[in-house]
Formats: sequence, C-alpha cells, structure tokens
Amino acid sequence: MGTEVGLGHFLVVSAILLVLGIFGIFLNRKNVIIILMSVELILLAVNLNLVAFSAALGDLVGQVFAMFVLTVAAAEAAIGLAIVVIYFRNRGSIQVEDVNLMKG
Amino acid sequence: MIYAVAVFAPLLGSLVSGLLGRSIGDRAAMAVSVLCMLVAAALGPLACFQLVSGETDAGTVSLGTWVEAGHFHVSWALRYDVLAAAMVAMVTFVAMLIHVYSIGYMAHDQFPRYRFFAYLSLFTFSMLMLVTADNLLQLFFGWEGVGLCSYLLIGYWYDRPSANAAAIKAFIVNRIGDLAFAVGVALVFLKFGSIEFSTIFPAIAQHQSDTYSVLGGTFPAFEVIGVLLFIGAMGKSAQIGLHVWLPDAMEGPTPVSALIHAATMVTAGVFLVARMSPLYEFAPFALGMVTFIGATTALFAATIGCVQNDIKRVIAYSTCSQLGYMFTAAGVGAFQVSIFHLMTHAFFKALLFLSAGSVIHAVSDEQDMRKMGGLARLIPWTCVVMWIGSLALAGIPPFAGYYSKDAIIAAAYASGTGIGMYGFICTVLAAFLTAFYSWRLLIMTFHGRSRVDHHVLEHVHESPPVMIVPLLFLATGAVIAGKLLAPLFIGDDWQAFWNGSIFNAPTNHVLADLETVPAWAEMAPLVFGLAGIALAYVMYMAFPLLPMQLATKFRGIYLFLLNKWYFDELYDAIFVQPTIRLSRMLWQTGDATLIDGVPNGLAELAVDGSRQAVKIQTGSLAVYAFVMLIGVVLLVGIFLVSR
Repeated sequence: MGTEVGLGHFLVVSAILLVLGIFGIFLNRKNVIIILMSVELILLAVNLNLVAFSAALGDLVGQVFAMFVLTVAAAEAAIGLAIVVIYFRNRGSIQVEDVNLMKG
Repeated sequence: MIYAVAVFAPLLGSLVSGLLGRSIGDRAAMAVSVLCMLVAAALGPLACFQLVSGETDAGTVSLGTWVEAGHFHVSWALRYDVLAAAMVAMVTFVAMLIHVYSIGYMAHDQFPRYRFFAYLSLFTFSMLMLVTADNLLQLFFGWEGVGLCSYLLIGYWYDRPSANAAAIKAFIVNRIGDLAFAVGVALVFLKFGSIEFSTIFPAIAQHQSDTYSVLGGTFPAFEVIGVLLFIGAMGKSAQIGLHVWLPDAMEGPTPVSALIHAATMVTAGVFLVARMSPLYEFAPFALGMVTFIGATTALFAATIGCVQNDIKRVIAYSTCSQLGYMFTAAGVGAFQVSIFHLMTHAFFKALLFLSAGSVIHAVSDEQDMRKMGGLARLIPWTCVVMWIGSLALAGIPPFAGYYSKDAIIAAAYASGTGIGMYGFICTVLAAFLTAFYSWRLLIMTFHGRSRVDHHVLEHVHESPPVMIVPLLFLATGAVIAGKLLAPLFIGDDWQAFWNGSIFNAPTNHVLADLETVPAWAEMAPLVFGLAGIALAYVMYMAFPLLPMQLATKFRGIYLFLLNKWYFDELYDAIFVQPTIRLSRMLWQTGDATLIDGVPNGLAELAVDGSRQAVKIQTGSLAVYAFVMLIGVVLLVGIFLVSR
C-alpha cells in the first residue's frame, strides 16, 4: 500500500505546479511568453486537482469540467500570444521591464 | 389727455433717438427728439393754462396699476393740479429750449449725438414723472430716473477720467439722500397704509399727535418723516453737507448743467417739500430744519462762489445758494414763494448757464475766467443776455429775480420766528455776495483788459442762431417772468390760483404778512445787491490789482473759500479713506486669504495626495502579480479564519 499512488500525491504534485507557476510569474524579469507559460502551468495544476478529486470521489463532473478548462486555456493562450505579437510589432520588445506604460 | 401727451412725448423722443439712433442716423434722431420736445413744450404750458383758466378741472389721469401686493397698492397716475401743471409747463419749456440749444452746442462733438439727445429726453421724461407723480413711489421712480440721467450725462464724455469720477460722485452722494427718502416713504406707508397723496393728505389731521419711540426717546411721527424726506431733498437739491456733487457735475456738457444742475433736477427737492406741504405744516421742527439748512447753504455757497475762477463753477455755487433761498422760504411756510422762485430761477439760471456755454464755445473751450476778459465787443449777444441773467439773479427790478428773491427774504422776516430771522440775515448777506460774484463774473469775462490767448482770440466768434435764439427766449423769461407770475403765485388771489394744491395751515399767515414787512427789510436785499455790484466794480474794474492783494493779505480766508470750506478734504478723511482702508482689508484678508484660501488649500491638498498615491503604480507586472497573490492569500486567510 505504501507504494500506491493516492490522492495525496496528486495534490502534492498539483500544489508544486501551482507554486512553480506563481513564482514563474513574478520572479520572471525577462519574457512575457514565460508569464503565459506560467499561467498555463497554474491552469494545469487546477486541472490535475479536478481530475484527481473526480477519480477519488467517482464523480465524472470534475473531468468534464477539466475539459472545459482546457478549452478556455487554449483560447486564452491563443489570445495572449496574439497580444504579445501585436505588442512586439508596436513596441519592438516584449521584455517584461519594458512593459510599463501604466506607470504613474 | 394733452397733459399725458406732454409727459410722454419726451419718452418717445428718447426711445426713438436712443434705440434707433444708430440706424436712422444722427440728424434724424436729433430731429425726432427735438420735435417731441416741441410737442411737449406746446402742450405742457397749454395744459397749465387750461387748468388755471378753469377750462379743465384738476384731477388724476390714471394710467394703470403698478404694484398690487396685499394692502400695498400703487398705480401709475398723473396728478393734474396747479403745482404739477406749473412744473410741467416750466420743465417742458426750458427743456425744449435746451434741446434746441444743444443742436448748436454739440455740433462739433466727437461722439455721435443721438446718445446725448436720448439721455436729455429721458431726463426730461423722468423729471415730468417726478412732478406729476400721484403717489410717493412714482415720485421716487422719477427721482431715481433723474438721478440716473444725471449720472449718464455728467459722465457723457466717458473718455475723461474726471467726468467719470464726477458722475460716480454725484450718484453716490445722491444715494445717501435717497436712502433717507426711501425710509421716509416706508414710514409714510406704515403710518397711513397708503402712499397715494389723495389718501395721505386728508388723513394727516388724525395722525398728527402720533409718535415713534426709538432708543428711549419719543419723536413726533411727522417730524421724523419730514426730516427723512428733507434729507432726501438735501441730496437732490445739493444743500450743505450733501452739496459736494453739484460743482463737480460741471464736468458734463454745458446744456446738461443748464438743464439738470440749474433749472430742473436740483429743484426736485424744493418741489418735494412743497408737494408734502400738508405734512410739513404739522412738523414745525422739520420746517425749522429746512429753513436752517437752506439759509446756511444760501450763505455758504455764495461765499465760495466769490473766489472760484471756473465760470461754470461760479454759476454752480450760485445754483446751490439759490436753492438754499427756496428752502428758506419753504421752511417758513411760504411754499408758494419757494415755487415762485423755483420758476424764475429756472429761467435765469438756465440762461446764465447757456450763455456761459456760449462764452466757452466762443473761446475754444476755455473755462477759466482769468483767461477771458474784454469779450463784450466780440460776442455782444451773449454779453447782453448774460447781463440780463445776472440782473435777474441779483434781484434788480424789474427783472424776475427781484420779485421772487425779495419775496423770500420778506417771508423770512415776516415769519417772525427766531429761525426765520436767521434765514433773513443769511439771505440778505447772500444777496450781497450774489450780486458781487455775478458782477465779478461779468467783469472778468466781458469787460476790462483782454487776457485771452492771442491764438484763441483770432477764433472768437458769436454762437450760431440756433444757440442764440433759445437764449433770447430765456432772457425774455428772465425779464418778464417775475412781473407776470408774481400776481398769480403770491398775489392777493393766490388761494384761488393754487386751488389747494399747496396746503397752508390755518395758523400760517406768512403770505398775508408779506405786505406788512417794514420798508427797511423790504429794501435791504436791493441795497445790499447794489452794494455788491459796486464792490465788484471797484475791485475788478477800477482797481484790478486789488483782488490779488487782498488774496495775499488774507491768504487763510482766501484758501479756505477757494478750497470750498475743505468739504471734499473733510469727507475724504472721514468717509472715503476709512472706506478704502476697510475695503482693502476685506479684500486682502477677507477675500484673498480666507475665501480664496479655503478652496485653493483643498485643491492643493488633493494634488499632493494624488502625487503620493500615484507612486503605487510602478508599472512592473511582477509587482502587480505579487500584490495580487498577497491579496488572494489574505482573502482566503480571512475567509478561513472567520468561517
């Protein structure tokens, strides 16, 4: 039983993924694309949680919901990348420290 | 009906000239306004004759309702009695002559003339409203109307700072009197419940013992009202204390001085006292004050007139002095005599002013008499009419002033009271000074050695007929008005003539006593007048260096008179400077510091605050994300803890 992969393991992996994603967002000083990737990572952590609980509780709704999240994540990635491309065209850079037009 | 037309024709002239003057042109505007005045001057005296001859009855011409508020009813109505009709006749006639004269006088003016004629006609209308008023509020309307026109006309040459200052001064000094007048009207309403003459006058007897208790003292109601109304009259009629505006008003064009500051507007105060005679007859203290102020002004203004060098200022102080005469007469109960002098004075004073205008016109707008002299041969007509005016003013028989002025002095004597005696002495002395300054003016202007600049001398010319003809009309008036009007106004049948439009108390016998004045008192003004003329001749004709020597010898007195008893300086120190200081304080601490300071400080605070708040926006995505995370953690934490 000691080697069986249980709900706790999934949750631990999911938590690690979430923390990685969050730190990826605000420790990253270089590239906007890395932020997008970090967001994906966070969403994946959420998905993992949903699926894990779905399996553990025997309720399929969680997995259905994970599919929705994947769809939304795909759309979000597409829009995010499009913004980044446009932004690069206009500003010539996607360095995070250059993105400061809202500075007061 | 013709009475109403006479009153409203000047308004029409004024409106056409003022509103359409720009589009119909200068000449047309002038023609309309003069034409309207001619109509008024034909109908005004006609209305008066009809009333006097008994063809029409006295009454009221109702025009409509003005104010209708609770118990307070005021209607527009023209009072048609002898007093009003005589004033209308005089005002329309003199104003018409001055309109005609102005055509010539203003011919070379820098401004378009329609504005001048519009003001002049509007003034005439206001004056007519004043004298025909049937209630005190309408009288106040005319009162303020003439004040406004006076302001506009004194400041007619608005590019001169001195004219603006004089206009403002006239307006403000008049406001002081008007305040008292307005309070007086309010008290009349409170006492009688109405301000219509026809309601007030019959009710006077039943209120005569009423009193006001103010500040622990008890004052008879009629005395209070009488004094307040008289203070209003003092402002308008330039009596001592509130006279300071009149000499400065000479900044206006000369026809204005003639019309407003000699013949008509300034006599409004005298008219008011005569109109309110039923009330004044029951206010002996107020009447005493009228005589006291009048007699003092008569003497005081005459002393100043003796040393002034500006030809118009001499006549202005003379006006002040003559108004004092009228009040002296009114104060001793001889209202008829004061109105009589008002009429004759209108003729000869308008004549004097207009001929002074003719002189100024001739010597290229010079007003200083020290730069005139010897003009008699160059402008003979002007010289002749000015002589006539001066003879009338000095009261030499058979000119107009002789009848009216002597009647005033006799009335003051005949009253037999102490204050009447004071009036008698002051007016006799003033008669001496009047003759002196009149001949000083004549000699300095027309006779003796010429002191005119030779450039100016080349251009000296007699005025055009359009100016001379009105002068001749006025001169005729100055010669015959006294002889003609004396039997009517103060003759044996005066009661039939006035027909109750002026009230005399049963105890008031002053008009009857005029006959019983001793010969020496009757002759005194004439003797003093001739002495004044003789003195002026000696000082300015026979020994022209004498005035200069006297001035150096009695330098103190001379400067005192030359500076008009230092009234302006006194008022400047007492009223003007403290007001300026107070205003400056209110402006700098009150307005600039407090009222501006509070909103400005708040705005400053908001700007500083937002300058600090703006620093939170770093523009760094990482920081935003971090803050967001902290926020979420905190929210979840609170949620978990408080669950």
